[in-house]
Amino acid sequence: MLNRRDVVKKIQSALTAHLFISGLGSPSYDLHAAGDNPKNFYLWGAMGGAAMMGLGLAMARPDQKIAVLTGDGEQLMGLGALATIGVAKPQNLAVIVLDNGHFGETGMQQSHTSQGVDLSAVAASCGFAYTCTVKDAAGLADLLHQLQTSSGPLCAVVQVSAAPVPRSLPILDGAELKNRFRRALSLDPL
Amino acid sequence: MRDDWEDQLYHLLIKHEVCLLPFVPDAGHAALISKADNGDKIATIVLSTEEEGVALNCGAWLGGKKSVLLMQSSGVGNCINMMSLIANCSFPFVTLVTMRGEFGEFNSWQVPMGQATKDCLEAIGLTTYCVEDPDSLLKTVDAALFSAFASQQRSAVLMSQKLLGRKEW
Repeated sequence: MLNRRDVVKKIQSALTAHLFISGLGSPSYDLHAAGDNPKNFYLWGAMGGAAMMGLGLAMARPDQKIAVLTGDGEQLMGLGALATIGVAKPQNLAVIVLDNGHFGETGMQQSHTSQGVDLSAVAASCGFAYTCTVKDAAGLADLLHQLQTSSGPLCAVVQVSAAPVPRSLPILDGAELKNRFRRALSLDPL
Repeated sequence: MRDDWEDQLYHLLIKHEVCLLPFVPDAGHAALISKADNGDKIATIVLSTEEEGVALNCGAWLGGKKSVLLMQSSGVGNCINMMSLIANCSFPFVTLVTMRGEFGEFNSWQVPMGQATKDCLEAIGLTTYCVEDPDSLLKTVDAALFSAFASQQRSAVLMSQKLLGRKEW
C-alpha cells in the first residue's frame, strides 16, 4: 500500500504554486512533514471543516489553485460538504482524501471506508468534475498529472497504509497560522 | 416596509464589500438571498448544514474576502464545534440568524433550540445582538461587519420574530 508521507511529499513537490489546507490529525502532520510553508493552513480541530475552508478560499481566490488534504474520518463527518462543493463547482479546488480506512488519532477504529463506503463515488454523484481512487504508484502519478492539468472540482481518494508514522507537529497557534498565510498572499495580517 | 429593510440590508452588505453569502435558507432570509442572486455583487452558496458556512467564511477570509453566514436559529446548534475555528484563529465572523421558537411560535419543536440559541453562541465565544426592528437591524449589522473586519470580532445578529413576523400556518 502507499505510504501517506510519500504521497503527500510527492503532491506537495508537484504542486508548488498551490495553497494547502490540511484536516486535523494525520493529514496536518503529513503536510508539515513534507515541508512547512506559510501557504499551508493546518487544522488541529474543527473536524469536517477542511474541505469547506478550501471552498471558501477557492471562491475568494479564483486566481489560485487550492488543495485540501484530509482523511477519510474527517470527510465522512463533512459528507455534505461534497454536495455543497459539487454544486458550487470551484474549478480551482482539489479535495484529496488520504484514506487509511481508520480513525488514526483515537485508537485505529475502522471507519466507514473500510466497510464499503466509497467517497470517490459520493463525490462523483455530487457533481465533481474529476474523481478517482488511487491505489498504487501508477495511480498516484496519474493523479499528480490531473492535479496540474484538470479543471476542478477534483476529488481523489488515495488509499494509504494504516501503519503508524511519527507525528510531525505544525504550529498550534491558529492566529499565527492565519496571519502568516494572509501575509504570504500579500494581505494584511488580521 | 419589509421590502425596504431587506433592500437596505442587501446594500449594506455590498457597502461592506461582502461578496459571499453561504446559507441554509429561512423564510426570513429569502428576500436577501433572492436579491443577491439577482445581482452580480454577492455570490450565494447553498449549504447542506450550517457548520459548512462557518468553515467557508474562515476560508474566504484566508483569501481576503468577506463572507456572511445566513441561517435560522435551529442551525446554530449544528455549528458549535466548528466555531472553535473562529475562536482559535481569531477569524472575523458575522452570521445573521433568523429566530424561531422565540416569539409567537406555532411549532413547539422549534422552541428548545430557539431558546438556547443566544446562550450557545455566547458559550462558544460569539457576541450576540438581538434586534427587533429594521432600524436596529441595520445599525447592528453595520457595526458587526465593521468590528469583525476591522478588529477581528465575531458576532451573531439574532433577528427576532418580532422583526420577521409570525410564520402563518
